[in-house]
Amino acid sequence: MSRQFTQRLVFALITLAAVATVTPIVLVVGYIAWLGLPAINGEFLSALPRDGMRAGGIWPAIVGTLYLTLGTAVVAVPLGIAAAVYLSEYAKDSRLTRAIRIAIINLAGIPSVVYGLFGLGLFVLFLRFGTSIVAGCLTLAIMTLPVIISTAEEALRAVPQSFRLVSVSLGGTKWQTIRRVVLPQALPGILTGVILGLERAAGETAPILFTAAAFFLPRLPNSVFDATMALPYHLFVISTQVPGMPIRIQYGTALVLLTFVLSMNLVATLIRSRARARRQW
Amino acid sequence: MSAATLAKIRVEHLSVQYDDGTESLRDITLDIPANQITVLFGPAGGGKSTLLRALNRLNDLVEGVKLSGKIYLDGEDITQPRVDVVSLRRRVGMVFAQPVPLPMSLRQNVTYGLELAGVRQAGKLELAVEKSLRAAALWDEVKDRLDDPAIALSGGQQQRLCLARVLALEPEVVLLDEPTSGLDPISTSKVEASLQEIKKDYTVVIVPHSVQQAGRIADQAAFFLQGELIEAGPGKELFLAPQNKRTEDYVTGRFG
Amino acid sequence: MKQKRNWVEILIESLIRAAGYSAILFVALILIFLLREGLPALAEVKPDSLLGARWYPIEAHFGLLPLIGGSLIVTLGAALIAVPFGLATAIFIAEIAPRWAREILKPLVEVLGGLPSVVLGFLGMLVLAPIVRLTLDIPTGLTAFTGSLLLAGMAIPTLVSVAEDALDAVPKSYRDAALALGATKWQTIWRVTLPAARSGVLTAVMLGIGRAIGETMTVMMVTGNAARIPTGLGSLFLPVRTMTATIAAEMGEVANGSTHYHVLFMIGIVLFLFSFVVNVAASLVVFQQRKRAERLLS
Repeated sequence: MSRQFTQRLVFALITLAAVATVTPIVLVVGYIAWLGLPAINGEFLSALPRDGMRAGGIWPAIVGTLYLTLGTAVVAVPLGIAAAVYLSEYAKDSRLTRAIRIAIINLAGIPSVVYGLFGLGLFVLFLRFGTSIVAGCLTLAIMTLPVIISTAEEALRAVPQSFRLVSVSLGGTKWQTIRRVVLPQALPGILTGVILGLERAAGETAPILFTAAAFFLPRLPNSVFDATMALPYHLFVISTQVPGMPIRIQYGTALVLLTFVLSMNLVATLIRSRARARRQW
Repeated sequence: MSAATLAKIRVEHLSVQYDDGTESLRDITLDIPANQITVLFGPAGGGKSTLLRALNRLNDLVEGVKLSGKIYLDGEDITQPRVDVVSLRRRVGMVFAQPVPLPMSLRQNVTYGLELAGVRQAGKLELAVEKSLRAAALWDEVKDRLDDPAIALSGGQQQRLCLARVLALEPEVVLLDEPTSGLDPISTSKVEASLQEIKKDYTVVIVPHSVQQAGRIADQAAFFLQGELIEAGPGKELFLAPQNKRTEDYVTGRFG
Repeated sequence: MKQKRNWVEILIESLIRAAGYSAILFVALILIFLLREGLPALAEVKPDSLLGARWYPIEAHFGLLPLIGGSLIVTLGAALIAVPFGLATAIFIAEIAPRWAREILKPLVEVLGGLPSVVLGFLGMLVLAPIVRLTLDIPTGLTAFTGSLLLAGMAIPTLVSVAEDALDAVPKSYRDAALALGATKWQTIWRVTLPAARSGVLTAVMLGIGRAIGETMTVMMVTGNAARIPTGLGSLFLPVRTMTATIAAEMGEVANGSTHYHVLFMIGIVLFLFSFVVNVAASLVVFQQRKRAERLLS
């Protein structure tokens, strides 16, 4: 077999494999859109559910997911960015720093249902928050932290070292340099990471199963100490535990969740490509 | 250099050593007079850049650097740990070999150092912009596009912008580390002309990128070889009638 | 020139430092609370009973083996699918695809990574399971295999992204040198680029597998939830139950503080340890490789 033949064969196989990997993505999104679109109308999106979820709308689930996502952001974003700044700008190469990095890698790998257990143990029971938005948000925030920290750190490190040197040589302190040059330049990359992290938080079910989610609530949550409906959990229950649930509504709910999540994806991608084009270095 | 002239900077028995034992500078004693261009020249690895960075404590940023000896700026020892390095760096500014325009507009680049120092009045900032750009011989070329991103300038213009950036802080000493190494001859001569102008108000210490440049602009010169100061004195003497054989060999191009 | 102390800056820097240390704090907290609620299981259930082969909590059978076996076989299946397809996609994107194809593929893979697990489980239940049942002619489509397929879909984006970064990081000079010596593009990839990116690719595989082990909703919805120890490769096409699905499915129904409750937390500890080992191993590989590179370059 000539080398050219081998190459052509292998490349064909690889291309086939890549296409086979990617095609289902399009099919999945398309299928859900096709079957879910008929269910989408004003009432579906903005009304409360009726008849044991079999009719009416999913408004509380949408609102619940929004609350949870925002709450997660409030906790995880400042904490994550600060930790990334520490790792990128202040931390020296020491055992402690290595321990921090291993801790972050670990947090990233912990299964989401174990986060649910942790949230149950600490926030719901020990701190007596009960099944609540607060418990859910804190659990989701710790789960989202590693994603935010690693992407933010990468964005900070990408800023050229020469900027820092120049700023310091002009009489800048370390924090002034970070605040005026490094952070602003890293911001698009940080933002992309934040949005991708929150996207995951919005779509997760297991962490909120025991910490925040309720299936049927007669009204919207009044305070952060109330439980809430949420889109992922809602989809799970109506597709596995409610007999006689119209298929249309199931696909409609899936479509709403998918749209929520994918539009965040789109925003993150747009921020990233715009920043790349407008970079001044 | 007569002892009667009070040097702007006096380096006394300065040695710089790295953690792994390599010595960058060995027992350097040197006077740098005010309002003159002092040139530190010699082949690569001689320790010239290290000496420059010691003068504004930029060596502090490198891990594992040990300094022994003293450096006096106007009689005050700046190697002491209690010294405020932030204000030191405003008094002793530096231009690096590669121009580094900050990712902002031209105007913001020039005012950056002043804003770091807390200067906020727009009038003061505007004045500083024009004054320093003129001193760096850049004003006429860019006065209509001060709000353009600095990255849009040519290499030679960027380097003069970096000089203006330093001058905006009205330092006392300007350090330049091979500032024209990447520039074309026209930009190089513009920079050299600026240095001749600004030495009236500032003390200039420069590591040139060629012996010829050293010969062109030096009032005082110091020859460094592998971390040691071989010879120092008025520029004319060092280049036309060097006392040390090694200086003569380098200046005449027998090695380099 | 005496040093001026700027209190605001010192405060900000302390907060930043504290944020950096917080990662360690959180890992410790998670371990502590898992232990707090899970260790009592060791007292209430005989340890060798925990290693038993029957998981039937109603009759106080708490054998973890079927669950561990379930997780392992589903993950193994996922790895067998995800590694070849994921690596092929990564190599395709990094080395073979023309620019326009890259611009389409990379965002698509990212979209795959963003799909919520419950959505994949939902489709798996309604669409994939019947297809599996019909094509393989087996009684039910809710099997480990179906779970593996979906988990592979979830592991692939992580794998592709990390592996592609690793391949991209290989210096262009390596490839140029090989091509200049007369190698074909594929020979360059196989003999030069891939070996050079070895540690990054290994990390990618480990992280992908780590993601697969930890998945909950997808497996809960498609693997059939029958707690039986999988024996042999044939059981890939039978229903199984994973550790993660067990916790998610049963936690809602247990009484706080009951033995069942403690055992579920104990399963959580097992999962925590699994992921700890996989992740520390992955990072050690990276540290080792870096040390070797430093030695070579010094």
